[in-house]
Amino acid sequence: MTLLSVRGIGKRFGGLQAVNDLSFDVAAGSIKALIGPNGAGKTTIFNLVSGFLHPDNGVIVFGGAEIQALSSCEVAVRGMVRTFQHIRLFPRMTVLENILVGRHVHSRAGFLAGMLSLPFTWKEERRIREKSFEIMEMLGIAGHAGTEATSLAYGQQRVVEIGRALACEPKLLLLDEPAAGLNMRETIEMGALISRIRDMGVTVLLVEHDMSLVMKISDEVVVVSYGEKIAEDRPLAIQKNREVIRVYLGDDEC
Amino acid sequence: MVRRHFPVAAFAGLIVAIQLATLFTGTPYYLTQLTMTAYYSLVVVGLCMLIGYAGQISLGHAGFFAIGGYVSAFLTTFDLQHHRGAFVSLLEKSGALVFRHDVYGGSLLTVHPWLACAAAILLTVAVAYLVGGPVLKLKGHYLAMATLGIGIIVYRIVLGTEFLGAADGISEVPGFPLPGGLLITGNASSRVSNYYLAWGIVILGMVLLLNLIRSRVGRALAAVHGAEDAAEAMGIPTARYKLHTFVLSAVFAAVAGVLLTHYNAGIGPSEAGVMKSVRYVAIVAIGGMANLWGALSMSLVLNYLSLRGYFGTYDDAVFGVILILIMLFAPDGLLRRHLLSDLKRMVSRNPAEEETP
Ligand SMILES: Nc1ncnc2c1ncn2[C@@H]1O[C@H](COP(=O)(O)OP(=O)(O)OP(=O)(O)O)[C@@H](O)[C@H]1O
Ligand SMILES: [Mg+2]
Repeated sequence: MTLLSVRGIGKRFGGLQAVNDLSFDVAAGSIKALIGPNGAGKTTIFNLVSGFLHPDNGVIVFGGAEIQALSSCEVAVRGMVRTFQHIRLFPRMTVLENILVGRHVHSRAGFLAGMLSLPFTWKEERRIREKSFEIMEMLGIAGHAGTEATSLAYGQQRVVEIGRALACEPKLLLLDEPAAGLNMRETIEMGALISRIRDMGVTVLLVEHDMSLVMKISDEVVVVSYGEKIAEDRPLAIQKNREVIRVYLGDDEC
Repeated sequence: MVRRHFPVAAFAGLIVAIQLATLFTGTPYYLTQLTMTAYYSLVVVGLCMLIGYAGQISLGHAGFFAIGGYVSAFLTTFDLQHHRGAFVSLLEKSGALVFRHDVYGGSLLTVHPWLACAAAILLTVAVAYLVGGPVLKLKGHYLAMATLGIGIIVYRIVLGTEFLGAADGISEVPGFPLPGGLLITGNASSRVSNYYLAWGIVILGMVLLLNLIRSRVGRALAAVHGAEDAAEAMGIPTARYKLHTFVLSAVFAAVAGVLLTHYNAGIGPSEAGVMKSVRYVAIVAIGGMANLWGALSMSLVLNYLSLRGYFGTYDDAVFGVILILIMLFAPDGLLRRHLLSDLKRMVSRNPAEEETP
């Protein structure tokens, strides 16, 4: 079953065609990787899919409905949550508070209920906390619950950001370079974590430069160059694809 | 639970202590300015919610204060006896109007203060929603300029409108009746009760805002303030949250305007002036931006000093200078929330730094 279907989307920034007539599908329950050289348009694709930008043309279907005109907030409410290439944790908030914010769409206390501190909000807060601790324990960051999130080591900040996204219980999780800035051990752990998230039933679309990670965990890989799709296949086939090898020649880690 | 309510109790204790001090020193007339201070403080804490917690500036809150005050003043002083149409009769039958006597013994038929207050709040909500929608899309000084514009428009309207008293404003506004036989009025005989009433209302407002800050909405506002794009990605409708906070803080200002107008028995155009708006912002700034208690205590001190005339002819200048100095030297305010921990860190770090060459 297809969870996300991107059909012929394009995006222009002034004179630059950052994304051009791009299509791909993400099957529910899979891990799909989006790779390509620097500046290929991967983050722009994420921005388009998650409602942070709107495509000039083309259609994006998520969970059976067109979403290309929705705002990022509405997209999140429908069950697609993203992380950022440059970590965007909430400053001056603890790890726990960051995760609590992730429960926003699953709670409902509004301005009036909050001001009057209505009894249902206490129960709701308790549920939010329980769920958040559950997530922190699963990720092994419960010990840092009271620490200011932005003061953690870089690798742990990445985990907190993913935890915050998981707190939304997304159907589709978009990870923009989750292993960037991580050392080798942390990268391996990140790979294991992403697999685990998929096994929990969350579909994952990820942008990543670390080829060993991509090849190990992805079910399918899309390769983009200059905003266009040049290949889409299983990891093993991608590694043998001549077009892909040509694009990656020069920075040939793979 | 107990720890959370400690500051509220402490502040209530301070209010009682101040009243007792005026009692023992034989200076009960200070209570008049202290009561007025309370109503201005209501504007300040509402604005603090907007500036400190939602991260949005407003240089137009005196405008909302004036909308509240003027609507209530007009409706409770405008004599409807000679305007008896179907609508007025309907209002009269439904108990929305009151007969009363003015100071010269003549009789008046006016809107009941409660209904006037409701109308004032409704109009404020409507204006705040209409204006806030487009204006809050702006950022930084553009937002400051746009909100400044709101204040100026309200000021020019009340100044130029004959039935709002033009430059003289509206006077002979009746007291505001409350349940239990209480009356918000500036009469010397009810000075003490009005002092407690006013500060009781401020404390109530504080409790509402403190609750809000600790709620799901407060957390979402902190998230929006900290990293707006990430908050959006978590499904928080950032624009709507900013707008609601703007409206909420406008309502605080309007309620303050209504009550102070009934306390003072009148209102004039200067209440809508730009310098009043600057003053509210300056107090929030010096109080520490995201610090309701800081804003409240600074408001208590500065508004009181100002109302007692300590700043003389430099009254407005003092607040302008405060705002400039804070922006230049302590953009996080003097009473920052983390002030204590910062001080501790400075104290514990400094010796170590001096050791290293
Ligand atoms: N908001 C924008 N305005 C103008 N140009 C943009 C904007 N966002 C991205 N670009 C340009 O679009 C192109 C694609 O950028 P994008 O960030 O999507 O690449 P990427 O594949 O994510 O690169 P990297 O691997 O370095 O993260 C780049 O040339 C970039 O400069
Ligand atoms: Mg990128």
